[in-house]
Amino acid sequence: MKVVIDAERCQGHGRCFLAAPGIFGFDDLGNGVVLGDGTLNDETLELARLAQSNCPEHAISIEE
Amino acid sequence: MTEKLPVEDFATDWDHTDPQWVSDPYPIWEDLRERCPIAHTERYGGGWFPTTHEAVSAIANDTEHFSSRLVVVTNEKYPVDAPPAPIGGAPPITSDPPFHQIARRLFLPAFAPGPVNAMEPQIRELCVRRLDQVADRELVNGGTDYAQFIPPGVIARMLGFPQKDEDLFREFVHIVLDLIDVPTEDRGPMFEPLIQYFDEQIEDHRQNPRDDFTSYLLNAEVGGQKLSIEHIRGSMVLVLVAGIDTTWSAIGASLWHLASHPDDLARLVNEPALMPLAIEEFLRFYAPVTMARMVKDDIDFLGCPMKRDDWILLGFPAANRDPAAFADADRFIIDRQENRHLAFGLGIHRCAGSNLARLELRVAIEEFIKRYPRFELADPGAVTWAQGQVRGPRNLPIRILP
Repeated sequence: MKVVIDAERCQGHGRCFLAAPGIFGFDDLGNGVVLGDGTLNDETLELARLAQSNCPEHAISIEE
Repeated sequence: MTEKLPVEDFATDWDHTDPQWVSDPYPIWEDLRERCPIAHTERYGGGWFPTTHEAVSAIANDTEHFSSRLVVVTNEKYPVDAPPAPIGGAPPITSDPPFHQIARRLFLPAFAPGPVNAMEPQIRELCVRRLDQVADRELVNGGTDYAQFIPPGVIARMLGFPQKDEDLFREFVHIVLDLIDVPTEDRGPMFEPLIQYFDEQIEDHRQNPRDDFTSYLLNAEVGGQKLSIEHIRGSMVLVLVAGIDTTWSAIGASLWHLASHPDDLARLVNEPALMPLAIEEFLRFYAPVTMARMVKDDIDFLGCPMKRDDWILLGFPAANRDPAAFADADRFIIDRQENRHLAFGLGIHRCAGSNLARLELRVAIEEFIKRYPRFELADPGAVTWAQGQVRGPRNLPIRILP
């Protein structure tokens, strides 16, 4: 499973890297970025889902 | 000031300066959400007030039909001194695409988490110093003794303005955001001291460049050209006005909640790990900021016959309590897990200062409850709330408990 941020939708609310700082970071404009290749394990999946359910722009998706 | 007629029905005659709206807008919004859900008014030259998450979100994301040329509802829809769309008087908040993206790219790096997080020690020191100054009192005013001092100190440092001018900043914010329902001919002259002050600060920075946001704007270039003086001054006014009473309102409203909900206060004191979730719930439940848009051309939108240059009062705080978007929307849940709140707006105009605002709010609450783990409202009836598009408690007497 992989987590992806849609850069077109992201507006830099910062909710992903606050909720799951090990999975998400930010660029120099403050927009969210996925750290590494976004592959999730059971532990990080839960955190990624938390971030997803807090993104006001619905910019995060988790691909099976 | 002219005498205003009281509002008979907010669905057809809304006024966000009405005393009932100012003191407790939530029942009004709930009623409108069920009945309208986009309310109308002839006041301020005509405008609309969407109350649902769906309508607020649709308008916030539709920059083709809605302009940000003016973002504060007043009686003046055509100010002579403001640059027209797509630039507007305070880029990037008043800018429309395509200029908006240019102005915003310039703005965002200074407010990204990197530079903002580096300010945490200074913000904490500011909060601690302020608490020291009001120490050993039984009564502390959460507004005038505490919340109102934190953002001005932070913003003064960011813009490189003298800290001693903080009273002046509060006055400027009052003019721009509170004194909105005054006759057009009175509003222009009120801005003169503000413009003069900014021009003095710009001149001082030209002669003594330093490492702050003002010097950054003075040096910035777009396509090999320096920014216009109107752009520079507009962006500085934006940082000052949008960065001050918005954040102090969020701090004040959060303290108001904790002072009137002892269970939540005790939980937050005993479980500091809850703080990040609590901060987002404070922001959802007491979102201080409502922004405006203007209708670009006549359009029938979600069943409303909107006219060119009608105001849209974009009710982010109302959307935050829409039961269609949030479970138990009218309940404050301190550990709410799923919380896609719109306190900082939606779409391309997401509050540029949101990282800074959130940091100030968290540190201000952390330091207050560390100093005072138990407190209550000293006189609930004496609490007053700001009128207009930024809502927060102004007078907030708090009794410190042993």
